[in-house]
Amino acid sequence: MSEKILITGNEAIAEAAIQAGARFYAGYPITPQNEIPAYMAKRMPEVGGVFIQSESELAAISMVMGAAACGFRALTSSSSPGISLKQEGISYIAGAELPAVIVNIMRAGPGLGNIWPAQSDYFQATKGGGHGDYHNIVLAPASVQEAFDLTQFAFELADKYRNPVMVLGDGLLGQMMEPILVPRSSFLVPREESKQSTKHEAQSTKTWALTGCKDRKPNLVASFRMREGDLEKLNQHLQEKYQEIEGKEQGFEALDIADANTIIVAYGTMARIAKGAIKTLRAKNIKVGLIRPITLWPFPKDIFDRVKGQGLRVKFLAVEMSYGQMVEDVRLAVGSEYMVEFLGRSGGGIPSEEEIAYSVERIADRKTKRYPLNAKR
Amino acid sequence: MDKIFTKPKSLRDIPTHYCPGCGHGVAHRLVCEVVDELDIREKVIGVTPIGCAVIAYDYWEFDCCEAAHGRALAVATGIKRMRPHNLVFTYQGDGDLAAIGTAETIHAANRGENLTVIFINNAVYGMTGGQMAPTTLLEQKTATTPLGRCAKLEGYPLKISELLSCLPGVYSIERVSTDSPAKVLSAKKAIKQAFINQMEGKGFSLVEILSACPTYLGLKPIDSVKWMAETMTKEFPLGKIK
Repeated sequence: MSEKILITGNEAIAEAAIQAGARFYAGYPITPQNEIPAYMAKRMPEVGGVFIQSESELAAISMVMGAAACGFRALTSSSSPGISLKQEGISYIAGAELPAVIVNIMRAGPGLGNIWPAQSDYFQATKGGGHGDYHNIVLAPASVQEAFDLTQFAFELADKYRNPVMVLGDGLLGQMMEPILVPRSSFLVPREESKQSTKHEAQSTKTWALTGCKDRKPNLVASFRMREGDLEKLNQHLQEKYQEIEGKEQGFEALDIADANTIIVAYGTMARIAKGAIKTLRAKNIKVGLIRPITLWPFPKDIFDRVKGQGLRVKFLAVEMSYGQMVEDVRLAVGSEYMVEFLGRSGGGIPSEEEIAYSVERIADRKTKRYPLNAKR
Repeated sequence: MDKIFTKPKSLRDIPTHYCPGCGHGVAHRLVCEVVDELDIREKVIGVTPIGCAVIAYDYWEFDCCEAAHGRALAVATGIKRMRPHNLVFTYQGDGDLAAIGTAETIHAANRGENLTVIFINNAVYGMTGGQMAPTTLLEQKTATTPLGRCAKLEGYPLKISELLSCLPGVYSIERVSTDSPAKVLSAKKAIKQAFINQMEGKGFSLVEILSACPTYLGLKPIDSVKWMAETMTKEFPLGKIK
């Protein structure tokens, strides 16, 4: 049984984490994600969990590492400049193979940039971000409902692969209110029950967790491998894990691609705006579709292979709230024989439905590969 | 015949990687003796630093967690808050605790986290090759203060223990040394008390242990403990600070 509620993206993410069993949150204030720590400050004590406003992002992610090392579901959240600071801890978490969830409600950069929504942290999120050969699993919700659902899924993936998972939204998604369906029982988590079931008692399946070495050999949580060959072994193991994730966890939404001449590729907020453009274009009988990556890493390469396998004479238009980051993965996925154009704005601007429609029409009859495409502003 | 002296159960029987005369071996052993005496080996969780003691967990027969350089007290906070019935301690050097981790140290102390901190002050960075530490003495020569530490350019030795003692969240701070057998015994007493404080829920307890680094002091082990007793303790006086 579920219940329909009106909620912001930020609060939906926070509530989803609670309902997924997260019992530890640490974070540092930064706009536009401040509703998450505020919600956690109120909600965590209700379910017997721990909320800490940390002294910095560096401390917040390290606190999450400590809680995760004990076997508890733990998360932190921030926005772009703060996520840059968290990269140190994320790299350690990846190296120590701990499950943790990191929420990035992106704002525009570089540097302090501003607090307007953007998608310019794609490279940082999907290509590693911190030092060393590692990957975050990256989930990109496009609605408040999906922010709720994917946050819960993020904890499952984190536990399944013992890997950091990033929920990558933007300021627009974080601040926007939408009606969503949530399990009815979940908003009324009985306080005492939840306390007993989760606090001070890690899930028994996490045999690696630090609990004190009673009746077992000591456990060690560490990424450090000094002896010759040991780090290479760890890295090979991580690479095998990443290959498995790439094989099993690609997520995407495909819309109207069967007869499309042009396929827009966009994620998150940008994909929703693209859907508006597709409606307008379809009404004009222009055959356009959409591929919306839901997992940004692993990038959903297989759907592009399927499109190519059908031998479609299709052109691609990547649309982003950045100056061209995901488009590189699109180009890698489709290869050089396909035309991949790009439309993007960042720093406060968001490509509009009209700009997207105009770009699709402009490239519809273009014969040769030519980019970047400068849309009319 | 009764065995009256033996290796602590918590201390693994492996060859040491520390230099001759290094204070870490003594401090490691003291922690293990205390853990045995309090019978907390199955409850203790150690958080290890970055620096020479990065692999302290190789010597310790109990659960341990790595922390990034300076972040040990943040990691320990996450552990202790979620596992309040375990005994959680950090083991950190001067660079870790008083330079790159200053914010984590001050704020964990100020929150009054119920933790035990073993702070090894040897006035130099060991693992990276003898650079200036926040606790390096004035005039002390290091790889990055080849002419000796100069107050005008490099500031003064940072007395983090005195600084922390101003915070109402801090329960106990004591500075001890390992330059003589008698002082080693009082160091052990201080460590034991810091663990007992945590067991009794008293809050943040820190033991600063002055420790020798003969390799980067450029002194023989015997001379480096002499230097500690005669020179270092002048700048860092021993005793209960709070």
